[in-house]
Amino acid sequence: MLREITLGQYYPVDSVLHRMDPRTKLLGTLLFIISLFCANSWLGYLTAAVFLAITIRLSRVPFRFMVRGLKAILILLLISVSFNLFLTSGEVVWQLGILKITREGIRTAIFMALRLIFLVIGSSVMTLTTTPNELTDGLEKGLGFLNKVGVPVHEVAMMMSIALRFIPILIEEADKIMKAQMARGADFESGNLIQRAKSMVPLLVPLFISAFRRATDLAMAMEARCYHGGEGRTKMKPLCYRKRDRIAQVILTGYLCLIIGTRFIA
Amino acid sequence: MSIRAVNLTHIYGQGTAFEQYALKNVNFEIQDGEFIGLIGHTGSGKSTLIQHLNGLLKATSGELYYNGENIYAHGYDMKGLRSKVGLVFQYPEHQLFEADVFSDVCFGPKNLNLSQGEIESRAKEALNLVGLDESFYKQSPFELSGGQKRRVAIAGVLAMKPDVLILDEPTAGLDPKGRDEILGQIEKLHREQGLTIILVSHSMEDMARYADRLIVMNKGEKMFDDTPRNVFRHYKELEAMGLAAPQITYIVQALRKEGIPVEEDLITVEEARDAILRLIGK
Ligand SMILES: Nc1ncnc2c1ncn2[C@@H]1O[C@H](COP(=O)(O)OP(=O)(O)O)[C@@H](O)[C@H]1O
Ligand SMILES: [Mg+2]
Repeated sequence: MLREITLGQYYPVDSVLHRMDPRTKLLGTLLFIISLFCANSWLGYLTAAVFLAITIRLSRVPFRFMVRGLKAILILLLISVSFNLFLTSGEVVWQLGILKITREGIRTAIFMALRLIFLVIGSSVMTLTTTPNELTDGLEKGLGFLNKVGVPVHEVAMMMSIALRFIPILIEEADKIMKAQMARGADFESGNLIQRAKSMVPLLVPLFISAFRRATDLAMAMEARCYHGGEGRTKMKPLCYRKRDRIAQVILTGYLCLIIGTRFIA
Repeated sequence: MSIRAVNLTHIYGQGTAFEQYALKNVNFEIQDGEFIGLIGHTGSGKSTLIQHLNGLLKATSGELYYNGENIYAHGYDMKGLRSKVGLVFQYPEHQLFEADVFSDVCFGPKNLNLSQGEIESRAKEALNLVGLDESFYKQSPFELSGGQKRRVAIAGVLAMKPDVLILDEPTAGLDPKGRDEILGQIEKLHREQGLTIILVSHSMEDMARYADRLIVMNKGEKMFDDTPRNVFRHYKELEAMGLAAPQITYIVQALRKEGIPVEEDLITVEEARDAILRLIGK
């Protein structure tokens, strides 16, 4: 039931992208998004499409997982496309009452749609190839300089990774308790709003108790292993850039130059 | 009156990257009044299997009949099924939520829309069956010992008056005294109330002692389904699945290897004691 909700969307296969340093992937995603806003011609978008296609191939994640994220932005996509389509002024190609479509409108609408779609697929490539924990690690290390201005980067990252770790555990726990109460005839689905809210009590009370129990257990276990915050703490698997990261950085730079270049060709 | 599974198959997370077969074509029939032991290595599908028996999980394919009726048929009364097939989960004390023991045990019968009088009399009866007297009624369930909490939780299921009682590792994490008490009570329910019992356990000694019939699961498939004596004859195969025979079976094997002619399939300490005494007495 509940366990079918997977958190994040990490897809476990082995590929160059999976093995890459999370910082490279974060940077890459950022650069890719910037490049989408730089592109302003068919050639620019074609370059981005080719780049994206190659990345998807390299990730070895089935394409249908990439497009799942698109469902969430479908409405946004429709709105932005229709706004651009109908509200751009220029050479009119079709008119009905006050609705008119211009050549420029079609062009911006298509570019806008492509931009959004590429953006979502591009970030999916990152989340599908990086576990949430690697992501927090990457953010912690990548944003480490913020420590200097008093942001507790390590603590925030630690809280994030504990939260991420706990969500599936609590979902599983909720699923178990729900089933146990259903075995005693509990009904979580029918009834009016008040009845339903009341029927959550047998689920929520045990869930809270278990969450608190787990939290104290974890705190105890961390203390027992001498955890004392980020200072001087080393990692079992320290992030380090490898050859493939350097190569990726060079390719990314080349790609960004190429996109900027297309602005001048067209 | 029976539970019959036909080609029961369950796949978790079908259609995702995490697809996993938890049950593969499992067939069996359980008659009224049997005491079934269900054993298998961790992850072999025992918990998944028992959750099918009261309809909490729906099989990916295959059928399940309770008293001859297909429980997957349209409009089947699932709530009725859940009151007839009582399921006690692993660590059932984690499901307790009421402020006092008595109200918690009342939760099940209340969901069956019974009269207040009936609810209370069932709760009393159930608490009595698990050996908790009136001094416990108004206590908070969270202040009890581990074994007592577990008995409250079992009473919570018994108060529904099930015909079949399924228990998923009911002795896990209890001290020896708590274990013996719980198992003794289950055995008593079987003997005196005539309940059909399905007991999941990792203790081969308990299985040899209490079960009439053992179902052995391995990687989602049913490997053996026979009396404990016959199943433990296959102790080599059981070991290959990460299981074992009762300790006493190994002792008997060792004695035979030394040339002492005790009978071969002894599975409880009492049997072995009697057999050895007979030998000496001869
Ligand atoms: N809710 C679930 N979602 C996905 N997989 C599960 C779930 N529950 C159990 N499994 C998997 O199904 C298999 C059988 O599990 P289970 O029935 O709990 O075995 P057992 O009770 O014998 O230890 C295991 O491999 C387990 O990881
Ligand atoms: Mg289990």
